[in-house]
Amino acid sequence: MAMNYSQLAQLTLAEAIVVVTALVVLGVDLKMGAKVELGTRRSWACGLGVLGCVAAVAWLWVGAPAGTLGGGMQVSDALTRWVKMVLLGLTVGTLLLSGRSTFSVHVGEYVAVLLLGLVGMMLMAGTENVLVLFLALELASVSLYILVGFNKRDPRGTEAAVKYFLFGGMAGAFLLFGLSLIYGATGAIEFRAIALKLSASGVSPLLLVGLVMVLVGMGFKVAAVPFHFWAPDAYQGAPTPAASFIAAGSKVAAFFVLGKLTVVAFPAVSGHWSWGNVSPGWTPLLAMLSAASMVIGNLAALTQRNVKRLLAYSAVAHAGYVLMALVEGRSMAFSAVTFYAVTYAITALGAFGVVSLVEVGTGGSDWEHFRGLSRRAPGLALCFGIFVLSLAGIPPLAGFFGKFYLFLVAMTVGGGDYSLVWLVGLGAATTCVSFFYYLRLLKVVFVEAPEGEVGAWPKGGVEFGTVALTALGVVGIGCVPGWVLGPLQNALVAAGF
Amino acid sequence: MALTWTIWISMLGAVGVYLAGPLNPSRCRWMALVASVAGCVAAMLGASQVGMNSELVTLVRMPWVKPLGIEFHLAADGVSVVLVLLTGIAAVAGILFSWNVSVRANEFFALYLLLITGVYGVFLSFDLFQFFAFYELAIVPKYFLIAIWGSTRREYGAMKLALYSFIGSALVLVGVLAVFIGSGTSSFDLVRLANSGLQPSVQTWAFPLVFVGFAVLAGMWPFHTWAPTGHVAAPTAASMLLAGVVMKLGAYGALRVGMMVMPQGATLWAPLMATLATVGIVSAALVALVQQDFKFVIGYSSVSHMGFVLLGLASGNPRGVSGAILQMFSHGVIAGLLFGVVGRMVYDRTHTRELTLLEGLGLARALPFAAVTFTLAAVASMGLPGFSGFVAEMQVLTGAWQAFPVAALAAGLGVVLAVAFTLRVLQKAFLGPATTVAPEDATPITLPEKLGAVLLLGTSLVVGLYPKFLLDWIDGGLGSPAFATMRQAFGWP
Repeated sequence: MAMNYSQLAQLTLAEAIVVVTALVVLGVDLKMGAKVELGTRRSWACGLGVLGCVAAVAWLWVGAPAGTLGGGMQVSDALTRWVKMVLLGLTVGTLLLSGRSTFSVHVGEYVAVLLLGLVGMMLMAGTENVLVLFLALELASVSLYILVGFNKRDPRGTEAAVKYFLFGGMAGAFLLFGLSLIYGATGAIEFRAIALKLSASGVSPLLLVGLVMVLVGMGFKVAAVPFHFWAPDAYQGAPTPAASFIAAGSKVAAFFVLGKLTVVAFPAVSGHWSWGNVSPGWTPLLAMLSAASMVIGNLAALTQRNVKRLLAYSAVAHAGYVLMALVEGRSMAFSAVTFYAVTYAITALGAFGVVSLVEVGTGGSDWEHFRGLSRRAPGLALCFGIFVLSLAGIPPLAGFFGKFYLFLVAMTVGGGDYSLVWLVGLGAATTCVSFFYYLRLLKVVFVEAPEGEVGAWPKGGVEFGTVALTALGVVGIGCVPGWVLGPLQNALVAAGF
Repeated sequence: MALTWTIWISMLGAVGVYLAGPLNPSRCRWMALVASVAGCVAAMLGASQVGMNSELVTLVRMPWVKPLGIEFHLAADGVSVVLVLLTGIAAVAGILFSWNVSVRANEFFALYLLLITGVYGVFLSFDLFQFFAFYELAIVPKYFLIAIWGSTRREYGAMKLALYSFIGSALVLVGVLAVFIGSGTSSFDLVRLANSGLQPSVQTWAFPLVFVGFAVLAGMWPFHTWAPTGHVAAPTAASMLLAGVVMKLGAYGALRVGMMVMPQGATLWAPLMATLATVGIVSAALVALVQQDFKFVIGYSSVSHMGFVLLGLASGNPRGVSGAILQMFSHGVIAGLLFGVVGRMVYDRTHTRELTLLEGLGLARALPFAAVTFTLAAVASMGLPGFSGFVAEMQVLTGAWQAFPVAALAAGLGVVLAVAFTLRVLQKAFLGPATTVAPEDATPITLPEKLGAVLLLGTSLVVGLYPKFLLDWIDGGLGSPAFATMRQAFGWP
């Protein structure tokens, strides 16, 4: 397809804006240098980052045309634009939460790397081409490795970054190998072309190996068991705002890509798994990952005494719930998965926001730092309660409807023959396990008395405002799921799903 | 419609009380009282409007989540208004009995009203998703009410109660989804689901999921053990609500979602339901007979009395089912009163619930009002004529006799046991010889307590003397088109 530079620029303008912003942030920070006070530099860097993201959202909202860059490298339709806007919004949240972190003096680099990671995620969301997918995924991953190890003085952070990097490198290799096998089996690198070829050729052993390898790579990104080992260390070791970026933006992009692979690229090899009727393919693999993630994630979370680690294992469990719905493999699954990923990301962003404020207030993120939070900072504790209960799936919060939707979609698999009822049952059972650790966490916050002298709680300003707004959003989406689901459905329909 | 306001008033009350701040408990109390009284008045007004209808009266109906066919659908029939009325009365009484809460009062009353919101919501929901949402909403406040303001092993009791509730709702969730998928409708409307002709093969396995899931909260044996521990650990108002209203949520769900939507499954499983209910009635009564903790006695008595509700439902005939609903109302009032006396009037003053210790205090002389109230409540609880319990248990036993005579006989034994353990506890707690000195802070019973006691006793008395008005509502409700499939499956005339 012939394409001139003007069209190319228009299709990628949002990403370009973010890249330019990253460079501007670097330059401004360099110009200010060490003479200027750190707080001022931080405000400038984060403020510029926010401005850039807002400009990109504005472009996507009003100006961005629909179109496809050659070979499905970038697809701009209502759906990808919507997801990119969500990613930008989540990054704005992360930036607003970063304003007071003291983990590094290199604030310009921090914001720039964050924005570059965002570009990688936006490209991931926009692509229907396996090569670009791999490149975008690596761009996002490398940025995240750096962010995890950004606090150079913290040995835990460095260890986490190395671990994350090694796991990620390995997963990336698997993904690349898997994609090359799929290319070998189909001769195509575009999702839709692959689907076309597969519907003619069906499942072959070589292709199955490729599918497994792709799933290893994607499973790493979404932290599904057994590719989740990096997650607890990375969440705990990373500076908290960076961890919120991994938990929020990165998850949305990864689940969206996984959804697109399932719905667009591999429907012909979806396979089937029900009572006494197994045919190999993509969705039985998803079902296995889902079951393992729900069980291991929730059980491992039971013993955690650090809130960030607990959130990491809870993220593993949530990946399991999402994969469960993805087994359905059609547009309804895509809708449920995207809805859940977005609402989960908003909730996780808020939860990490609270954690970072508690770190400022009490110096850590272990249980004793949260003890009696409701007596020390009632507003913050209330927000935390909202986020945790939403993760647990309690009405009227966003997580309740999201989880209900996932379970509902999983139940429709097999068109009324209840072939996935075992997985739904397992999901419901592990949810009960999760209530135990969520409630125990809230017990620490609301029931137990604070230890020692209760000093004044540091003023929150922008960070607390962000957290409170996010909490309001979680309640609002829970009461009126249509706020998110409506635009999402419209975008899905407009994009032809 | 007035009934809708029960939900909104409680919800606004919860927010308002929370915002009132922790520094002024008195203001919180009054705000909570105003909200609950307003809710109760709305419930009464609405009940009198709706009660006589033998149709489902829709209050609010609008799309909620369009792509999934989920609606926000509040409606009421004769069955639901009876329970809404109970909720209104129990809520007011609970606030009156927690007039002495002063620690973190704003949070206490906010959670209390949030719980009430969920309860009203469940009783008025006719969309299955919405029903489930309100049901889950009611669980979390219970946990915090017990864990923060409770007593004996409160954190254990609270967690146990919450986990049992959540396990129950997980079973319900799977069952609900199975019903939705199996019915082939694109709507969660309860009446449409009931009339959708759900495959009997699906009902066979989905019904026990839903029924057991809800019955966990109704204290069905052998899933009842959360109830005594939870009640004992809970602060007075919370145990009043738990026994008075929340256990009814479970029974109501078992009827409204289990039996109404899947009647063929219900007929299939009815013998097992009746057996479990009867075992619950007898075994809980036996356990209550030997408890040394005053509140444990009442806790197990609740389980035993809730067994009658489940037995009535299991009998599946008009008399049994309407008796079960009346028993929900009656037990809600009486159990609330019993817990109020134990928790507020006795424990808050004596700081003990050990029957051996209470025996020596001669409370009949120290706290005459409490003794009289408890005696009357005990009479009502034993099912003596004149109080609501008599009519309700009579109905249930008659119904059960027609369906499962052996179960009815065994349950009759449970009535005798109830007399035994109630008299035992009455004698030990109040009528013992005063051998030790009464505690110094045995302040006289306060006005709010008296008002609450009179409210609950009066209700039980009115229903006991003139049960017809509630029974008319219930029969009207059971005769409404919503229950048509169930009436057909059970072969009602």
